[in-house]
Amino acid sequence: TADIISTVEFNYSGDLLATGDKGGRVVIFQREQENKIRPHSRGEYNVYSTFQSHEPEFDYLKSLEIEEKINKIRWLPQQNAAHFLLSTNDKTIKLWKISERDKRAEGYNLKDEDGRLRDPFRITALRVPILKPMDLMVEASPRRIFANAHTYHINSISVNSDHETYLSADDLRINLWHLEITDRSFNIVDIKPANMEELTEVITAAEFHPHQCNVLVYSSSKGTIRLCDMRSSALCDRHSKFFEEPEDPSSRSFFSEIISSISDVKFSHSGRYMMTRDYLSVKVWDLNMESRPVETHQVHEYLRSKLCSLYENDCIFDKFECCWNGSDSAVMTGSYNNFFRMFDRSTRRDVTLEASRESSKPRASLKPRKVCAGGKRKKDEISVDSLDFNKKILHTAWHPVDNVIAVAATNNLYIFQDKAN
Amino acid sequence: MSQKLEEENPAEETGQEKQDTQEKEGILPERAEEAKLKAKYPSLGQKPGGSDFLMKRLQKGQKYFDSGDYNMAKAKMKNKQLPSAGPDKNLVTGDHIPTPQDLPQRKSSLLTSKLAG
Repeated sequence: TADIISTVEFNYSGDLLATGDKGGRVVIFQREQENKIRPHSRGEYNVYSTFQSHEPEFDYLKSLEIEEKINKIRWLPQQNAAHFLLSTNDKTIKLWKISERDKRAEGYNLKDEDGRLRDPFRITALRVPILKPMDLMVEASPRRIFANAHTYHINSISVNSDHETYLSADDLRINLWHLEITDRSFNIVDIKPANMEELTEVITAAEFHPHQCNVLVYSSSKGTIRLCDMRSSALCDRHSKFFEEPEDPSSRSFFSEIISSISDVKFSHSGRYMMTRDYLSVKVWDLNMESRPVETHQVHEYLRSKLCSLYENDCIFDKFECCWNGSDSAVMTGSYNNFFRMFDRSTRRDVTLEASRESSKPRASLKPRKVCAGGKRKKDEISVDSLDFNKKILHTAWHPVDNVIAVAATNNLYIFQDKAN
Repeated sequence: MSQKLEEENPAEETGQEKQDTQEKEGILPERAEEAKLKAKYPSLGQKPGGSDFLMKRLQKGQKYFDSGDYNMAKAKMKNKQLPSAGPDKNLVTGDHIPTPQDLPQRKSSLLTSKLAG
């Protein structure tokens, strides 16, 4: 179970794809460049680097084990030859530097080729070491460790557009860090009530605006989103905007609040919209309109009549993520039975696809799937009752420019590309 | 007599109508599911939220361990690695102190808090 993928993220150029798993490992894939020798391999992602990011830790004071599972990975924009990413588990965020080494110096004066020190009295002449090519080595080294700032479990990290700061959010608090400073962080949101008996909601996700470095949003377990402006005050407990869809009181049930809980929030690349994922749908919000979303896309509405059993087996608490494509014209999210859904916002068409070995052969097109909610099941349709709820696709990612998607299905990573590429 | 029956009937019919309306509400899938759940767990509270529920959620997935036992087990294993490790291996049975790796992952059972409502 240590191989279960827990996060997937493309870097800003899309050339690198990082995955984190339950065992605390990070695996980075790199896209193959145009290659005359192997023309068909262009665009393929191959393993570039693997390293252990987090280890299990023990909190001796509370007698708790802190899981090494990587909750989120976020890349920093590239500024030099090296690549940097932030990876976090429940309690500690780490900044990793991934660098290439393809040259080695030879001809040292004070040591031999195999590293043994030379006797200084035996050295009669000086030579200048020369750089010789060597097999590519990719090294990952931890550059900063940001620890001890979260009492509760970290669910989100987000790099600011200023490229100097980032936020980390847990169930009740959001902290602001400077990438260079590890011994201090500023608390910018705190929703912990003085009396825990008064707790009514928790923070489920948070993200910085892609262009406005003073703006962030955070979602809650009650289906609301708050937009905060860091310029208005140091502590952003008072929101600047409050997004909530009005509820029809006649349709309220025991499950209403649980299924309205937002599991992910993502700004569009344009910065004009944001998307939220709740249990049954994906909603697109215009930042200028707080009263209701501008689009609602049903992911698996047929599950509404299965809520009782989904509550009993805890599936109703599954946290699905969602993502935009590069041009913001489409969105994608996962479902059960290794199905994932893509919605084209302009044509209003949607498709259900499956990420599994049986249904996908390399270079073959994916066949759209259909779930039959009730009544007569057509050929090729799958009935709701035969869906495998253990096969959840919680994590998906879309290349920032091209039509390439990464889908994590438990311990397997699937990468799909548009044939036009 | 027939008039009396007629008078009685409307009341029955209203009762019947009421049942029909409730059944119609039950057709709303979410409400039908709620009824199913309440039938299984009659002591379930009206609202699923509340601080107990959320606090359980805050602790979801936490694994407990005893640091004293853990460190003693580590120390014992270290000593056992000395030359005379062979025959002593049998002594481990009954002597074993659980370590975090051995503890089965305890799934936080929300079922308890659901019933406690």
